[in-house]
Amino acid sequence: MKKLAKQFIFYSALIGIWALLAKLHIWPPYLFPPPWGVGHALWDGFADHSFWIGIAVTMKRMLIGYSLSVALGMVLGLGVSSSKFLEETVGGLLVSLQSLPSICWIPLAVLWFGLTEKAILFVVLMGSLLSVTIAMEDGRKQMPKIYGMAGRNLGASGFRLFWSVLLPASLPFIVNGMKQGWAFAWRSLIQAEMIFLSLGLGQLLMMGRDLSDMSQVLAVMILIICLGYLVDGLIFRTMERRLQQKYGLA
Amino acid sequence: MSASPQSSYPSIIPPPRRGAVRGNVFHGKPVSSVLEVPLPAVDVVVPKVALDNISLSYTTSAKGRLIALDNISLEVKPGEFVCVVGPSGCGKSTLLHLIAGLQPQTSGTVLVDGKPVMGPGTDRILIFQELGLFPWLTVGGNVEFGMKMKNVPKAERKEKVEQYLRLVHLSKFRDSYIHQLSGGMRQRVALARALATGPDVLLMDEPFAALDAQTRDLLHDELERIWSETGCTIIFVTHNVREAARLGDRVVLMTFRPGRVKEEFRVNLPRPRHMEHPDVTRMARTVLECLREEINKSLEAEYTK
Repeated sequence: MKKLAKQFIFYSALIGIWALLAKLHIWPPYLFPPPWGVGHALWDGFADHSFWIGIAVTMKRMLIGYSLSVALGMVLGLGVSSSKFLEETVGGLLVSLQSLPSICWIPLAVLWFGLTEKAILFVVLMGSLLSVTIAMEDGRKQMPKIYGMAGRNLGASGFRLFWSVLLPASLPFIVNGMKQGWAFAWRSLIQAEMIFLSLGLGQLLMMGRDLSDMSQVLAVMILIICLGYLVDGLIFRTMERRLQQKYGLA
Repeated sequence: MSASPQSSYPSIIPPPRRGAVRGNVFHGKPVSSVLEVPLPAVDVVVPKVALDNISLSYTTSAKGRLIALDNISLEVKPGEFVCVVGPSGCGKSTLLHLIAGLQPQTSGTVLVDGKPVMGPGTDRILIFQELGLFPWLTVGGNVEFGMKMKNVPKAERKEKVEQYLRLVHLSKFRDSYIHQLSGGMRQRVALARALATGPDVLLMDEPFAALDAQTRDLLHDELERIWSETGCTIIFVTHNVREAARLGDRVVLMTFRPGRVKEEFRVNLPRPRHMEHPDVTRMARTVLECLREEINKSLEAEYTK
């Protein structure tokens, strides 16, 4: 409760300062809109359904691209972590590819797939696949060795050892990888949408720019922050906390 | 089910033998009474566990090899309770890993029932120092795990989980998760999980080292009781000589790096024993005098690194 009160006071003050600065007319309102202007843009956006459609389109792409990258990343991560050879070859490649910002995949995606849905999904996949893979690989390595030994000791081997011991033992790390993957996928998707201009929140943001409508730009930015935080902060962090409690890690 | 713990598990384990009888088993002509099978002669008995010239060394660096275990030979009779003591770093835990088949030795053979150990098997269950209980499973799930891996039918598993949890007095905690339990309770879960696979040999790696004195005393009593009820063979590693004298039929003392068997002590004291009993204390002192030299060596090695 105390924390909530602090946060309330903080955000009120932030908006208060913003309103004050807008009222002083230091900058023209089309460059520095007041909070109520942005509020209005948010209201209008939802009222004419353009924001709802944008959210729906973006979330649909997110779900498809992200599911693909988690599924592929888990397989890749497990593969890389279970073989010394793969770790030294493929593992090294993955780490170096990770230094490539996901927006750099866009030219390649456009040439391969054209300005299509597939190209956007490709960028999302490439943006988050690597981080999921690396997190999975790390997870397998960080997993306490004792569980594997205890499992073998109690008669588990082969697939059953993997399924009943190694997989659940690395679950906290898997969730961590999924969380990181989500953050990367989210960034990649918005970036891709800004360039592809085919519906979605990224396009709404660029439309604001094209119309010189600063209120809309800020409104969409707030929307992107809120959606990202909602999934990351509510879904993933809750999952992570629950797991850590159950596993006695926290 | 009967309320008395003594009468409630005959279906899973051999009928209880009285502690007094048990305590005398190895003083006279022991072995046939332990096995409860008429044997031709005492001398012909195959040791439950036999280590035959076991050595283990690691390549550490360019400098060369570290000899962890050096020519260890040891025979453990069926139903015997052997304690292995030694300073930290003498390779006593490694010895248990070798018997459990979790790690291969460099040379020599580990025989269980006269057959060489080729890998892990549920006839030998190791209770790790860190326990290695599975946090994603409930207490019941942990106890059930080994039976699940052996494809024991579900109904039988459920029944046995209850029986073994009763054996370690944890029936009420079947659906709890591991992090919700105290250290002593976790120890008992590990014990139940190990026993539920029906092992002949129980390998225990300093299982009570991290517990407070009261809990440890309590678990000593329980372990002694469970041992006498199940009739399994126990190899118990500890650095605590009093614990060794309290529990073991025999105390094997190991040297510090390389690990060798330095001395063996037979503990001819009646059971059930108590940690504070003067005879136990006297026995512990005898072992400790012999051990002190090795402890000094291990301390020297630590400080002159």
